[in-house]
Amino acid sequence: MIVSEGLTKKFDEFMAVDDIHLDVPTGQVLTLLGPNGAGKTTTVRMLTSVLRPTSGTARVAGYDVIREPERVRASVGVLTENHGLYRRMNALEYLDFFGSLYGMPTAERRKRSELLLEQFGLTDAGSRRLGEYSKGMRQKLALVRAMIHNPPVLLLDEPTSAMDPESSRMVRDAILSLRSDDRTIIVCTHNLAEAEVLADQIAIIRRGRIISYGGLAEIKRRFLGDPQFEIRFAAPLSGLPDPGDAVRVSALGPDWLRYSTADPNRQNPVVLRRLMEQGLAVVSLQESGQSLESAYLEAVNQVPEGVNHA
Amino acid sequence: MPEGLHPVWIIVRREVRDQFRDWRIIFPIIGLTLLFPFLMNFTAQQILGFARGYGADIVGERLVPFLMMIVGFFPLSASLVIALDTFVGEKERGSIEPLLNTPLKDWQLYTGKLLAAIVPSLTASFLGMAVYLGGLGLQRVPLPELELTLLILVLTMVQAVVMVSGAVVVSSQATSVRAANLLSSFIIIPIALLIQGESVLMFWGTYTTLWWAVFGLLVLAVLLVRVGLAHFRREELLGREIDVLNFRWGWRIFWRQFTGGAANLREWYFKAVPSAVARIKPAVILTSLFALVSIGLGATQFQRFQLDIPTADLGGSLGQVVQLLPTLSARPILLIWLQNLRVQAIGLILGVFSFGILGFVPILAGMGISGYLVALLANNGIPALTAITAFLLPHSIFEIPGLILASAAVFQFGVLIATNDTDKTIGEVAISALADWAKIMLGLVMPLLLIGAAIEAWVTPQIALLLLS
Repeated sequence: MIVSEGLTKKFDEFMAVDDIHLDVPTGQVLTLLGPNGAGKTTTVRMLTSVLRPTSGTARVAGYDVIREPERVRASVGVLTENHGLYRRMNALEYLDFFGSLYGMPTAERRKRSELLLEQFGLTDAGSRRLGEYSKGMRQKLALVRAMIHNPPVLLLDEPTSAMDPESSRMVRDAILSLRSDDRTIIVCTHNLAEAEVLADQIAIIRRGRIISYGGLAEIKRRFLGDPQFEIRFAAPLSGLPDPGDAVRVSALGPDWLRYSTADPNRQNPVVLRRLMEQGLAVVSLQESGQSLESAYLEAVNQVPEGVNHA
Repeated sequence: MPEGLHPVWIIVRREVRDQFRDWRIIFPIIGLTLLFPFLMNFTAQQILGFARGYGADIVGERLVPFLMMIVGFFPLSASLVIALDTFVGEKERGSIEPLLNTPLKDWQLYTGKLLAAIVPSLTASFLGMAVYLGGLGLQRVPLPELELTLLILVLTMVQAVVMVSGAVVVSSQATSVRAANLLSSFIIIPIALLIQGESVLMFWGTYTTLWWAVFGLLVLAVLLVRVGLAHFRREELLGREIDVLNFRWGWRIFWRQFTGGAANLREWYFKAVPSAVARIKPAVILTSLFALVSIGLGATQFQRFQLDIPTADLGGSLGQVVQLLPTLSARPILLIWLQNLRVQAIGLILGVFSFGILGFVPILAGMGISGYLVALLANNGIPALTAITAFLLPHSIFEIPGLILASAAVFQFGVLIATNDTDKTIGEVAISALADWAKIMLGLVMPLLLIGAAIEAWVTPQIALLLLS
């Protein structure tokens, strides 16, 4: 659904985006992670045919971003970083305006506006001037605008910024439900916990280049090594338990044991069985110490400039 | 409605509705439309009475249409403010990007914004003029004649289009509303001067000249719309953030275009300069045609502006001229050369502010005067061929090609500004066009004019003396 090859954007002498390769199939969410000024917004603008790439190509919803800009834009819903609404319009008028620009018939515009406003808890505010909206309400309405024409591709720049936890949850759930509707979604975010919940794929971008690209587990493994697990026991340990040779013990506490393994699906049941055979009462087994945040910070600090991990 | 125009209509409808929700726009428009015309009615009545008191009825009567023009013009000031805000204001408020992400084509967005700025103000303007005329009728003040009324309506409309299209160009290229407002003086001052000129013409009652003004403004309006459309870039609108003049960047573009990638002077002269000339070939052909027409037109004017030339002692007069221009003295050459260069510099300045059109003025004036003088001399008994050979031909062989190239290069500047270039910003286009002009001037025009000046100072007077004494 979204494929880019060697996508590059140069502003005069400044390389904003350098040789970006993406392949996001239908029904998946790609999260673009990166510090401010990394090139996330420029990438999104190229994928919406608003910026013309200096070199490289991209196809969005089957359309070429250089040769078919209007078709690309018709197929994409974009939540921009600055969602600047028309303050003297109300929500229904606003959505009707954008719906008509996307060529939607009047009845459909009305129906879809009402549906989305209800979904995002804005029905009661539908006839209020947008100047009276709170920051979070504006963000939600901007997201509704991005979805008004039911696009097959959604590009969302910081979709939950400025939202309270409840609204953030609502938007996250909406994004997840949209994914199941066979949509392709790219989310630019600084919120790593959100990325962890939403992403099928993650691309970490720094200074215009993708420094890491892959699934969540893959990225964690690449930068933090094998996944780590922690076992807690019902009573303090009297000696050193033996989880087996297939796993590597990394730490030991009075009533806990931490180990890493490259193949948790196979090794974790084996470890549990061995420990119980040794008469140890296991209270819990859980993954530990490998958040996306750790992987991200590791990636940003570890990977030297110019290296492209794909 | 054609499918392509439907999105334009959507934009216009939204913008107009938005304007009518803003009291800062509504109140002045109501005041200028419904109250100001009555004030002007009162003024007209007072002036008519005052002028009659001194038996100067005509002054009062000429003032009535002038006041109508003022009534029509004031509401247009709102359109300027709206137009200046139209793109850069939305950019500052962050509402432009969602619009740019829709399937709208550039021309649809641009035209929609343009119309939205023009239509409400122009409607208010016409309404104001109608109220003014109605008031005059009620006060039994003689109404302006029909042609003049029509002329004022058309002038107002064209002025509105010029102002708004200029302001929209500014708005789409400026980095901030503040910058757009500062740049608006480039629109307000010429329009104010224009209105002063129109008022003078109105007092003179030279309506034909006013119709020519309408035509000129119409051409300017079309060019401004064309320039705006040609250089409207979504990318530029989002990308440009910095207001500071970047001389280094400007110089780099100028130098790249000026050198044309040449490694040395020889390569520059034999490759870069000819390629610049090749680019202006259509402009050269057009300039040459205009020059020919101008000679013809000039020649037809000798009967209108008749002068008696004392041909009896032409030889003696020429002898004095020859003494003033001593052979092998560099001073007269420099004087002639610098004068010609000054004229070309004025041509460039005129051309830059008129999309190249007024860049033709120097050559048209020069050729027209030459045609006139030859016809005048022929009328005074000196055969045209002799006059041309004696006074023009020797140095014109070099001067005229130089003048044609210079005028064509200035015209090309305007053509490039009004032409769509997807790879360059309007600033880059202007700098590159200036570099081409400089290249042609330095490489060809200046040497040609120098040779022409040398011949004009040293050879032409001798030939004239030989043929006419």
